[in-house]
Amino acid sequence: MTQVTSQPTKSITIDARGPRFSAGITVVVLATALATQSAWVLALQGVVFAIGAFRGPQFTPYAAIFRKVVRPRLKGEVPTEDVRPPQFAQSVGLLFVLVALVGSLTGIGAIFVIATGAALAAAFLNVAFDFCLGCEIYLLLLRLR
Amino acid sequence: MRKTTLVNSLTPIAVVLVLASIYGFWYKRSRGKIRNVERPAEGALTADILGEPLGQRATLVQFSSAFCTPCRATKALLQNVVAEMNDVHHIDIDAEAHLDLVRKLDIRSTPTTLFLDSRGIEVGRAVGAPRRDQVTSALSALR
Repeated sequence: MTQVTSQPTKSITIDARGPRFSAGITVVVLATALATQSAWVLALQGVVFAIGAFRGPQFTPYAAIFRKVVRPRLKGEVPTEDVRPPQFAQSVGLLFVLVALVGSLTGIGAIFVIATGAALAAAFLNVAFDFCLGCEIYLLLLRLR
Repeated sequence: MRKTTLVNSLTPIAVVLVLASIYGFWYKRSRGKIRNVERPAEGALTADILGEPLGQRATLVQFSSAFCTPCRATKALLQNVVAEMNDVHHIDIDAEAHLDLVRKLDIRSTPTTLFLDSRGIEVGRAVGAPRRDQVTSALSALR
Protein backbone atom coordinates (compact mmCIF):
# COMPACT_ATOMS: atom_id res chain seq x y z
CA MET A 1 0.00 0.00 0.00
CA THR A 2 1.36 3.38 -0.90
CA GLN A 3 1.19 6.30 1.47
CA VAL A 4 -0.21 9.31 -0.28
CA THR A 5 -0.42 11.73 2.58
CA SER A 6 2.80 12.77 4.24
CA GLN A 7 3.44 11.11 7.56
CA PRO A 8 4.87 13.17 10.40
CA THR A 9 8.28 11.55 10.70
CA LYS A 10 10.26 11.82 13.91
CA SER A 11 11.96 15.17 13.63
CA ILE A 12 13.89 17.54 15.84
CA THR A 13 12.63 21.07 16.25
CA ILE A 14 14.86 24.01 17.15
CA ASP A 15 14.44 27.70 17.96
CA ALA A 16 13.64 29.17 14.53
CA ARG A 17 15.45 32.42 15.36
CA GLY A 18 18.79 30.58 15.63
CA PRO A 19 19.30 29.79 11.93
CA ARG A 20 18.22 33.31 10.95
CA PHE A 21 20.73 34.86 13.35
CA SER A 22 23.42 32.50 12.02
CA ALA A 23 22.54 33.56 8.47
CA GLY A 24 23.24 37.15 9.56
CA ILE A 25 26.80 36.29 10.60
CA THR A 26 27.13 34.23 7.41
CA VAL A 27 26.22 37.33 5.35
CA VAL A 28 29.02 39.32 7.01
CA VAL A 29 31.61 36.54 6.59
CA LEU A 30 30.69 35.84 2.94
CA ALA A 31 30.70 39.57 2.12
CA THR A 32 34.17 39.82 3.68
CA ALA A 33 35.37 36.85 1.62
CA LEU A 34 33.94 38.42 -1.52
CA ALA A 35 35.42 41.87 -0.88
CA THR A 36 38.88 40.57 -0.01
CA GLN A 37 38.79 37.67 -2.49
CA SER A 38 40.04 35.59 0.40
CA ALA A 39 39.86 31.82 0.02
CA TRP A 40 40.82 31.47 3.70
CA VAL A 41 37.84 33.44 4.98
CA LEU A 42 35.63 31.42 2.66
CA ALA A 43 37.17 28.16 3.87
CA LEU A 44 36.30 29.11 7.47
CA GLN A 45 32.69 29.65 6.43
CA GLY A 46 32.92 26.30 4.63
CA VAL A 47 33.83 24.60 7.92
CA VAL A 48 30.80 26.22 9.60
CA PHE A 49 28.55 25.09 6.71
CA ALA A 50 29.99 21.56 6.99
CA ILE A 51 29.17 21.37 10.71
CA GLY A 52 25.67 22.69 9.98
CA ALA A 53 25.17 20.27 7.11
CA PHE A 54 26.47 17.10 8.75
CA ARG A 55 25.80 17.57 12.48
CA GLY A 56 23.00 20.13 12.30
CA PRO A 57 22.63 23.92 12.24
CA GLN A 58 22.23 23.98 16.05
CA PHE A 59 25.85 22.81 16.50
CA THR A 60 27.70 25.54 14.58
CA PRO A 61 29.81 28.20 16.37
CA TYR A 62 27.25 30.80 15.20
CA ALA A 63 24.47 28.84 16.90
CA ALA A 64 26.59 28.77 20.07
CA ILE A 65 26.80 32.59 19.98
CA PHE A 66 23.03 32.69 19.53
CA ARG A 67 22.44 30.41 22.52
CA LYS A 68 24.91 32.07 24.88
CA VAL A 69 24.60 35.74 23.95
CA VAL A 70 21.45 36.45 21.95
CA ARG A 71 18.82 34.02 23.16
CA PRO A 72 18.93 35.02 26.85
CA ARG A 73 18.09 38.58 25.77
CA LEU A 74 15.12 37.62 23.61
CA LYS A 75 11.64 37.72 25.08
CA GLY A 76 8.33 36.30 24.00
CA GLU A 77 7.17 33.00 22.67
CA VAL A 78 9.86 30.80 21.14
CA PRO A 79 9.05 30.02 17.48
CA THR A 80 10.19 26.52 16.61
CA GLU A 81 10.97 24.91 13.29
CA ASP A 82 11.98 21.52 11.97
CA VAL A 83 15.76 21.23 11.86
CA ARG A 84 15.77 19.74 8.34
CA PRO A 85 15.07 22.89 6.27
CA PRO A 86 18.00 24.92 7.72
CA GLN A 87 20.20 21.82 7.57
CA PHE A 88 19.41 21.51 3.87
CA ALA A 89 20.30 25.19 3.38
CA GLN A 90 23.65 24.62 5.12
CA SER A 91 24.39 21.77 2.68
CA VAL A 92 23.66 24.01 -0.28
CA GLY A 93 25.90 26.68 1.26
CA LEU A 94 28.69 24.12 1.63
CA LEU A 95 28.31 23.13 -2.01
CA PHE A 96 28.64 26.77 -3.16
CA VAL A 97 31.74 27.25 -0.98
CA LEU A 98 33.37 24.12 -2.40
CA VAL A 99 32.71 25.31 -5.95
CA ALA A 100 34.13 28.74 -5.07
CA LEU A 101 37.25 27.17 -3.55
CA VAL A 102 37.77 25.09 -6.68
CA GLY A 103 37.58 28.35 -8.63
CA SER A 104 40.15 29.89 -6.32
CA LEU A 105 42.54 26.90 -6.53
CA THR A 106 42.34 26.76 -10.31
CA GLY A 107 42.82 30.50 -10.57
CA ILE A 108 39.44 31.11 -12.22
CA GLY A 109 38.35 34.18 -10.30
CA ALA A 110 34.91 34.34 -11.96
CA ILE A 111 33.92 31.00 -10.41
CA PHE A 112 34.98 32.23 -6.97
CA VAL A 113 32.97 35.44 -7.33
CA ILE A 114 29.82 33.82 -8.75
CA ALA A 115 29.67 30.90 -6.29
CA THR A 116 30.43 33.08 -3.27
CA GLY A 117 27.91 35.64 -4.54
CA ALA A 118 25.24 32.94 -4.84
CA ALA A 119 25.84 31.78 -1.26
CA LEU A 120 25.75 35.42 -0.09
CA ALA A 121 22.46 36.00 -1.92
CA ALA A 122 20.83 32.97 -0.27
CA ALA A 123 22.03 33.92 3.23
CA PHE A 124 20.93 37.55 2.74
CA LEU A 125 17.49 36.47 1.49
CA ASN A 126 17.13 34.28 4.58
CA VAL A 127 17.93 37.14 6.96
CA ALA A 128 16.05 39.93 5.20
CA PHE A 129 13.04 38.09 3.73
CA ASP A 130 12.77 34.87 5.75
CA PHE A 131 13.55 33.04 2.52
CA CYS A 132 13.15 29.25 2.60
CA LEU A 133 15.76 27.79 0.25
CA GLY A 134 14.57 24.19 0.61
CA CYS A 135 11.01 25.22 -0.33
CA GLU A 136 12.18 26.79 -3.56
CA ILE A 137 14.85 24.46 -4.90
CA TYR A 138 14.45 20.97 -3.39
CA LEU A 139 11.50 19.98 -5.56
CA LEU A 140 13.14 21.42 -8.67
CA LEU A 141 16.25 19.31 -7.95
CA LEU A 142 14.09 16.20 -7.51
CA ARG A 143 12.27 16.94 -10.75
CA LEU A 144 15.58 16.94 -12.62
CA ARG A 145 16.05 13.27 -11.84
CA MET B 1 44.44 54.32 -6.65
CA ARG B 2 43.39 52.88 -3.31
CA LYS B 3 39.88 54.23 -3.74
CA THR B 4 39.37 52.44 -7.04
CA THR B 5 40.31 49.07 -5.57
CA LEU B 6 37.89 49.61 -2.69
CA VAL B 7 35.10 50.35 -5.16
CA ASN B 8 36.09 47.32 -7.22
CA SER B 9 36.03 45.02 -4.23
CA LEU B 10 32.63 46.25 -3.07
CA THR B 11 30.96 46.06 -6.49
CA PRO B 12 30.18 42.30 -6.40
CA ILE B 13 28.61 42.68 -2.95
CA ALA B 14 26.46 45.60 -4.11
CA VAL B 15 25.32 43.70 -7.21
CA VAL B 16 24.41 40.61 -5.17
CA LEU B 17 22.50 42.58 -2.53
CA VAL B 18 20.55 44.64 -5.09
CA LEU B 19 19.56 41.61 -7.19
CA ALA B 20 18.70 39.58 -4.08
CA SER B 21 16.57 42.44 -2.74
CA ILE B 22 14.61 42.72 -5.99
CA TYR B 23 13.96 38.97 -5.87
CA GLY B 24 13.20 39.18 -2.14
CA PHE B 25 10.47 41.80 -2.55
CA TRP B 26 8.90 39.80 -5.37
CA TYR B 27 9.16 36.65 -3.20
CA LYS B 28 7.43 38.32 -0.26
CA ARG B 29 4.64 39.70 -2.45
CA SER B 30 3.97 36.56 -4.44
CA ARG B 31 4.20 33.86 -1.75
CA GLY B 32 0.82 32.81 -0.43
CA LYS B 33 -1.18 34.72 -3.02
CA ILE B 34 -4.02 32.63 -4.45
CA ARG B 35 -4.13 32.88 -8.22
CA ASN B 36 -7.14 31.93 -10.29
CA VAL B 37 -6.48 29.08 -12.69
CA GLU B 38 -8.30 29.55 -15.99
CA ARG B 39 -7.02 26.49 -17.81
CA PRO B 40 -5.93 23.74 -15.43
CA ALA B 41 -2.93 21.65 -16.51
CA GLU B 42 -4.84 18.47 -15.75
CA GLY B 43 -8.44 17.43 -16.05
CA ALA B 44 -10.36 16.63 -12.91
CA LEU B 45 -8.33 15.19 -10.04
CA THR B 46 -9.97 12.19 -8.47
CA ALA B 47 -9.87 10.41 -5.13
CA ASP B 48 -7.99 7.65 -6.94
CA ILE B 49 -5.18 9.98 -7.94
CA LEU B 50 -5.05 11.81 -4.62
CA GLY B 51 -5.55 8.80 -2.37
CA GLU B 52 -8.21 10.50 -0.28
CA PRO B 53 -11.84 11.42 -0.96
CA LEU B 54 -12.63 14.86 -2.35
CA GLY B 55 -14.79 17.35 -0.49
CA GLN B 56 -18.36 17.70 -1.73
CA ARG B 57 -17.97 21.42 -2.40
CA ALA B 58 -14.21 21.94 -2.55
CA THR B 59 -10.86 20.30 -1.83
CA LEU B 60 -7.55 21.85 -0.77
CA VAL B 61 -4.63 19.80 -2.06
CA GLN B 62 -1.39 20.79 -0.34
CA PHE B 63 2.02 19.65 -1.56
CA SER B 64 4.67 19.54 1.18
CA SER B 65 8.30 18.50 1.49
CA ALA B 66 10.80 17.73 4.24
CA PHE B 67 12.95 20.83 3.73
CA CYS B 68 10.10 23.29 4.03
CA THR B 69 9.54 25.39 7.13
CA PRO B 70 6.18 27.01 6.19
CA CYS B 71 4.62 23.66 5.19
CA ARG B 72 3.88 22.78 8.82
CA ALA B 73 2.13 26.10 9.52
CA THR B 74 0.20 25.89 6.26
CA LYS B 75 -1.00 22.39 7.09
CA ALA B 76 -2.17 23.51 10.53
CA LEU B 77 -3.94 26.56 9.07
CA LEU B 78 -5.73 24.64 6.31
CA GLN B 79 -6.76 21.83 8.65
CA ASN B 80 -8.12 24.42 11.02
CA VAL B 81 -10.06 26.21 8.26
CA VAL B 82 -11.68 23.07 6.88
CA ALA B 83 -12.46 21.70 10.36
CA GLU B 84 -15.58 23.89 10.46
CA MET B 85 -16.68 22.92 6.94
CA ASN B 86 -17.86 19.37 6.37
CA ASP B 87 -18.12 19.84 2.60
CA VAL B 88 -14.46 20.88 2.18
CA HIS B 89 -11.52 18.49 2.53
CA HIS B 90 -7.82 19.14 3.01
CA ILE B 91 -5.32 16.65 1.60
CA ASP B 92 -1.60 16.93 2.40
CA ILE B 93 0.63 15.21 -0.14
CA ASP B 94 4.34 14.46 0.26
CA ALA B 95 5.67 15.89 -3.00
CA GLU B 96 8.82 13.78 -2.91
CA ALA B 97 6.83 10.54 -2.91
CA HIS B 98 4.63 11.67 -5.81
CA LEU B 99 6.96 13.16 -8.38
CA ASP B 100 4.81 12.01 -11.31
CA LEU B 101 1.87 13.99 -9.97
CA VAL B 102 4.20 16.90 -9.16
CA ARG B 103 5.45 16.99 -12.76
CA LYS B 104 1.98 16.61 -14.24
CA LEU B 105 0.62 19.49 -12.15
CA ASP B 106 3.85 21.50 -12.55
CA ILE B 107 4.41 21.99 -8.81
CA ARG B 108 7.72 23.83 -8.42
CA SER B 109 8.00 24.68 -4.76
CA THR B 110 6.46 23.81 -1.41
CA PRO B 111 4.03 24.49 0.06
CA THR B 112 1.81 24.71 -3.04
CA THR B 113 -1.93 24.44 -2.46
CA LEU B 114 -4.45 23.65 -5.19
CA PHE B 115 -8.06 24.74 -4.79
CA LEU B 116 -10.35 22.17 -6.42
CA ASP B 117 -14.03 22.71 -7.11
CA SER B 118 -16.73 20.10 -6.50
CA ARG B 119 -15.77 18.29 -9.73
CA GLY B 120 -12.09 18.08 -8.73
CA ILE B 121 -11.00 20.69 -11.27
CA GLU B 122 -8.27 23.10 -10.21
CA VAL B 123 -9.65 26.63 -10.04
CA GLY B 124 -6.97 28.28 -7.91
CA ARG B 125 -3.42 27.82 -6.73
CA ALA B 126 -1.38 29.31 -3.89
CA VAL B 127 2.41 29.05 -3.95
CA GLY B 128 3.79 29.56 -0.45
CA ALA B 129 1.88 29.89 2.82
CA PRO B 130 -1.51 31.61 2.28
CA ARG B 131 -3.23 33.72 4.93
CA ARG B 132 -6.41 32.60 6.61
CA ASP B 133 -8.59 35.35 5.11
CA GLN B 134 -7.28 34.57 1.62
CA VAL B 135 -8.21 30.91 2.04
CA THR B 136 -11.68 31.56 3.43
CA SER B 137 -12.56 34.07 0.71
CA ALA B 138 -11.30 31.72 -2.02
CA LEU B 139 -13.39 28.92 -0.53
CA SER B 140 -16.51 31.05 -0.19
CA ALA B 141 -16.29 31.77 -3.93
CA LEU B 142 -16.64 28.03 -4.59
CA ARG B 143 -20.19 26.78 -4.74
